[in-house]
Amino acid sequence: MSISVRDQFGKQLAQLAKDDSRVLALDGDLGNSTRLDSTEKETADSFLQMGIAEQNMVGVAAGLASVGFQPWVCSFATFLTKRALDQIVVSIAQTNFDVKLVGSYSGLLTSNTGKTHHSLDDIAIMTTIPNMTIIAPGDANETVAAMKAMYKTPGPMYLRLTRDETIPSFLPDVDFEIGKGKTLTEGTDILIVTTGSTTFRVTEVIKQMEDVSIAHQHFPTLKPFDKELLLEGARKVRLVVTVEEHYIRGGLGSIVSEILSESLPKKVYRIGVPDKFLGCGTDEELLGATGLSVEGIRNTLSAL
Amino acid sequence: MILSIEQLKLTATVLRKRILSTAYYKKQGHVGGSLSCADILVSLFFHQLSIDPSNPKWEDRDRFVLSKGHTALGLYATLALRGYISEEELKTFDQYESRLQAHPDMTKLDALDMSTGSLGQGLSAAVGMAIGAKRLKKDIRVYCLIGDGESQEGQIWEAANIAEKYKLDNLIVIMDQNGLQQYGWKNGNERMNPESNGRRKFDSFGFETWEVDGHSMEDLVSVLADVKDRENGRPKAIIANTTKGKGVGFMENNYVWHSKAPNDEEYVIALTELEEGT
Repeated sequence: MSISVRDQFGKQLAQLAKDDSRVLALDGDLGNSTRLDSTEKETADSFLQMGIAEQNMVGVAAGLASVGFQPWVCSFATFLTKRALDQIVVSIAQTNFDVKLVGSYSGLLTSNTGKTHHSLDDIAIMTTIPNMTIIAPGDANETVAAMKAMYKTPGPMYLRLTRDETIPSFLPDVDFEIGKGKTLTEGTDILIVTTGSTTFRVTEVIKQMEDVSIAHQHFPTLKPFDKELLLEGARKVRLVVTVEEHYIRGGLGSIVSEILSESLPKKVYRIGVPDKFLGCGTDEELLGATGLSVEGIRNTLSAL
Repeated sequence: MILSIEQLKLTATVLRKRILSTAYYKKQGHVGGSLSCADILVSLFFHQLSIDPSNPKWEDRDRFVLSKGHTALGLYATLALRGYISEEELKTFDQYESRLQAHPDMTKLDALDMSTGSLGQGLSAAVGMAIGAKRLKKDIRVYCLIGDGESQEGQIWEAANIAEKYKLDNLIVIMDQNGLQQYGWKNGNERMNPESNGRRKFDSFGFETWEVDGHSMEDLVSVLADVKDRENGRPKAIIANTTKGKGVGFMENNYVWHSKAPNDEEYVIALTELEEGT
């Protein structure tokens, strides 16, 4: 039986908090959406409601870290990374505190709430911050492995999570090392590079495209980026394609383009959300409208 | 550390001279706001705070957060007088790779409990420290010095709101109400007070509040003694009425001295005034 990424996140944080009283869950009043409420249910004393005030919540986390706690600060990705950006930079990254920032409801799938709640620029924003590690796991099992690694590794980190309920636990290998990518499929024609929620969809696409030799690499850590793995994969193919639930600029496609243009000129085709605000809609409507559904990705690839 | 009121007053005068000599030497520094909080800093570091300069990271120390981080100059000069850093090191203030960054950087200097400089953020960190101290059942007080101009930042009031919710009676906010901000609003030929209702606002956020003359060492020492052991579930706020540029006539109440160093002539006049004032 598969569990969703957010449910697994809630369960795992509750476990970490039960095992270690230094671990605290700070909620921006969205615990019953992000599943941070699991911590309150399992170990109420480790759950700190910080109300609808992201800037203060991030600053409080800094103060808690300074006296030895490991706060996990959770809100919707768009609110956390934009409303509290200066606080993240000054109070968390510049101090290099052991604070874990969790952006739930990243990308487009925000339960039909529309453009105010979409988070399509958080990778762009967070990757510009020195000292910050950025992790976007591909399924629930990898979320557990990533959180265990985050717990053991001091320092500021951003965990980008999807609300997608349709992603099963599909990743064959859940070994997790911060900064390491994974080759999921070998191939000689096209290399598809994905992260977070798009990794599962692309594995489905590849199953449907047996006539093309497609390699697939999944990068659950966006910073630091596993440059060597990317270069190794890119050398073998004629075209590299990135697919992400993020603006087409500033995210995974930009990271991959920067690395390849410096080290290995190779044509890169980026699939992502275009430079515009989107309306509200069901998950299917939004993925369909942006070409990020399994069918949409397959159609784009077929045309390349 | 036990000093008499007279000794504390003398220390504050020496502190003002160090603030000026450092700014004069470096031709830079937020002089006005450093002078306005000089007496507050002396009352804290030489009287109130439970700290150990020989062991700056002592776990059970009281915490101090300079939320108005631009007056790092005043804090560094205080730390030098208190024995955390040498007088000589003050000359490195504001230099690339110095431990004494233009704004407090805790990753450089272990005497600092928090990095600040972007206004409005220090109080939230202080709230986190106070929540943490309570969870650890440690008898620690967290002191946070904020500016009156800084209190225009919404984050100050987000933090105050949470301080009340978490019943942080171990949190003591001191507002250096010096009546001027960097530029502010015009008011005839003067500049308008950035925050004239600090006490009322902290009252309404559930704090216990006091209002004192922030240049009276007697008042500061007495109010700090009062606030220390009131374990009644209410956070504390002391509104300290001060004068920007305090101690140097031509700097007092003049917003241009928010961030400006004295030239040769001004420096001599300023030192003479401070000497005569003692």
